[in-house]
Amino acid sequence: MSDQTSTAPQSRLAQAWDSDFAYSFRRSPVAVVSFLVVMLLVLSAIFAPLIAPYDPFDPASLDLMNGFTAPMAANDFTGDTFWLGTDDQGRDVFSTILYGMRISLFVGFSAVLFAMVLGITLGLIAGYVGGWVETLIMRAADVQLTFPAILVAMLIFGIAKGITPIEHQDTMAIWVLILAIGLSDWVQFARVVRGATLVEKDKEYVQAARMMGRGRGIIMLRHILPNVLSPVLVIATISLALAIIAEATLSFLGVGAPPTQPSLGTLIRIGQQFLFSGEWWILLFPSATLLALALSVNLLGDWLRDALNPRLQ
Amino acid sequence: MSDTLLDIEGLSVHFPTRRKLFVAVNKANLAVEPGEIHGLVGESGAGKSTIGAAVMGLLDRPGHIAEGTVRFKGEAISGRDAEGMRALRGAKISMIFQDPLTSLNPLLTVGQQLEETIQFHLKLSDADSKARAIELLDRVGIPNPSERINQYPHQFSGGMRQRVVIALALCSEPDVIIADEPTTALDVSIQAQILDLIKELARERQTGVILITHDMGVIADTTDKVTVMYQGEVVESGSTEQVLGAPQHEYTKSLIAAVPRPTLKVHRFPQLSYGGRQITFEIEDLARNWKRPEPTKSGTLLKVEGLTKTFLQSGSIIPSRRKYFTAVDQVSFDIREGEVFGIVGESGSGKSTVARMIATLYQTNGGKIFFDDREVTSLKTAKDLESYRRQIQMIFQDPFSSLNPRMRVDEIIAEPVRHHKLLEGDAIQHRVDELLERVGLGSEAGRKYPHEFSGGQRQRISIARALATQPRFLICDEPTSALDVSIQAQILNILKDLQEHLGLTMLFISHDLPVVRQMCDRVGVMRQGQMVEVDDTETLFANPQQAYTQELLSLMPRLEGLSTEGLEGEIV
Repeated sequence: MSDQTSTAPQSRLAQAWDSDFAYSFRRSPVAVVSFLVVMLLVLSAIFAPLIAPYDPFDPASLDLMNGFTAPMAANDFTGDTFWLGTDDQGRDVFSTILYGMRISLFVGFSAVLFAMVLGITLGLIAGYVGGWVETLIMRAADVQLTFPAILVAMLIFGIAKGITPIEHQDTMAIWVLILAIGLSDWVQFARVVRGATLVEKDKEYVQAARMMGRGRGIIMLRHILPNVLSPVLVIATISLALAIIAEATLSFLGVGAPPTQPSLGTLIRIGQQFLFSGEWWILLFPSATLLALALSVNLLGDWLRDALNPRLQ
Repeated sequence: MSDTLLDIEGLSVHFPTRRKLFVAVNKANLAVEPGEIHGLVGESGAGKSTIGAAVMGLLDRPGHIAEGTVRFKGEAISGRDAEGMRALRGAKISMIFQDPLTSLNPLLTVGQQLEETIQFHLKLSDADSKARAIELLDRVGIPNPSERINQYPHQFSGGMRQRVVIALALCSEPDVIIADEPTTALDVSIQAQILDLIKELARERQTGVILITHDMGVIADTTDKVTVMYQGEVVESGSTEQVLGAPQHEYTKSLIAAVPRPTLKVHRFPQLSYGGRQITFEIEDLARNWKRPEPTKSGTLLKVEGLTKTFLQSGSIIPSRRKYFTAVDQVSFDIREGEVFGIVGESGSGKSTVARMIATLYQTNGGKIFFDDREVTSLKTAKDLESYRRQIQMIFQDPFSSLNPRMRVDEIIAEPVRHHKLLEGDAIQHRVDELLERVGLGSEAGRKYPHEFSGGQRQRISIARALATQPRFLICDEPTSALDVSIQAQILNILKDLQEHLGLTMLFISHDLPVVRQMCDRVGVMRQGQMVEVDDTETLFANPQQAYTQELLSLMPRLEGLSTEGLEGEIV
């Protein structure tokens, strides 16, 4: 089956646009919409200081008189209107969502990155070295899995809170969140990487490198790692959605981001206090944003899994 | 025409893809009479399996029959809907697939699978269908059928499993059987038995058989008629004797010329002259820059003494409870400098394990390896082994897994040079470019990734990588068994050139006796981990001493009916 089509030299961008990967993306409306939603949310989080009409962390710009203003309605006292209304302290809900999303995304990305690095390293070593090293790592993973992720995160959070001085607790909260979520998430990376490594290490190109006398480290990094990354990419995307939700859950339970630096979860916790007194917008808008974010990232991950699976093409 | 079982007329199968329409089969004609075995031969991608799938209505989407008709006993079946095809498939037309491992359900006993099929098609009672299943197992040559019927597929060997698959295909008493590479996954001795069985069944039941294969030996021994395909088109069709003995079409001629003969030793294989796939391998230029080391004093480059390898079969904390399996048992041989030493044997004979121990991929459990009169097995650290590792290189079996898919071709070839610090800076790129030119790919191939090349091209990249360190000793582990016969001819020619012009010594491992006869100066025969016999190739083929060697040689396809047009060599 000669499959040679004479192609004129194309620019890199045109080549990328023409690739099967990009084609499969264009053909999937779900992927395109999710991608647009994720981009919109991520970009507005990054550029929050430029977009947000108010700075919710600047006490000087807050006016308590503006508290509990309904969306798109003029405040009874000041006459100001807010798109999505204000919370009890008169903070603009739209602005707090933008800033809250920054924290949620930052925690999510960092936690996944941390879990990924830890999981890939341990998975590669377990798969390639084998023997008692593998037994040790994988049993540790099994033990880790027997604890619910939230419980582990709360445990770490509790310990960290106990050993850090009060004045640093607000700043360290974010980092403890990242550590806690990352630590409860590495297992699936390690398992997938170990499985893929077991397949790859028996392939002849790895044997060729071993025969050359290449050391274990080089073989793992240069030969095996690039070939086990595509399943990792898929898990990373789906983990991102889970990490954002885990962060929101922890913050909702009050062990996450502090009210001075509210994440989406913190906003939801604040909002649920006012749900039954009629101020529905304080809860609804942060929740809807969280839902949109997690759902689109998840759908994108689903598509990615199909697109990277050669058997489904 | 009424007794023609299956009549394929002007069949075209199209696979519309994103960029273009791929024509897998173009206006193919083929007819099968009762009791006839019709061979369908061609190289990979020729469209032969697609014809089988089209007849069965099993084309993968988006493939479809674009034109032409398939008639079964005079009735057109190609236009039938899924329901209509289902009534025919399995009942009137059965299929035997290549891999007996995956065509049986591992969770059901052989008897359950047979009885279910028999009850579905013949509507017999439980007791009757069991009796019928036992009868069928007996017919396909399974000993103790009434006992073995209650066993699961994993309790059968590969050849026995393929017999069960055939029994399964016979359950419905079909008129036509389509066998798609039924013996490719099996050893030679089992292959012969399965083919004999298919032949007998066709005669006895007047079943028409389409035998799809890439193996000319299978075609020559088994079929009555043969159809040759090339890139989706039927190029030649006729009686087996006539097509193989006096091929008319250029493609058939060059295809037949590329088949290694057991009885004709050729100096070089003719290049496939059809389809413009000529390649050049510029060995003289490579030889000019080749550093030749001092020859060894004893004349023996590699010596193996009492080599043993055991694998742990079932582990236990208590050492005395561990069970070991001896893959290689006290194997000794030596390879003289500049010769090609072959090891032949069936799967599981331990031949690849020997190669891997020499290649330092496996630790030995006993015995010694000497290279250039120095013991290698006592060297333990990577530093001590470095000089040895630079001088030996290996060419692997599967060109699709022997190159790292995420590395560029020039990086792949440069890796051994960089690792052994043989060259520096621009000289590395220069060496890579030169090697790529010499193996006929051109230096621009270096900037591509392995997936952009075909199997034969990849194997040439593999050869370029092996030559990058200017080795003295090359281990070839089934280097051509994953390749088409015309590509095999190219690769074997390159290997012959390497030995001749660069003075390389080779260990050539293969299960293919005709290839071994063409390539090797001396041959060792392995069976169940032991070296049965070692001798000069011609002596061994002409006058085998051991019973096992004699048996192995007698199973070798003779290929005497094949045309010798375009071949130069001596008949032995």
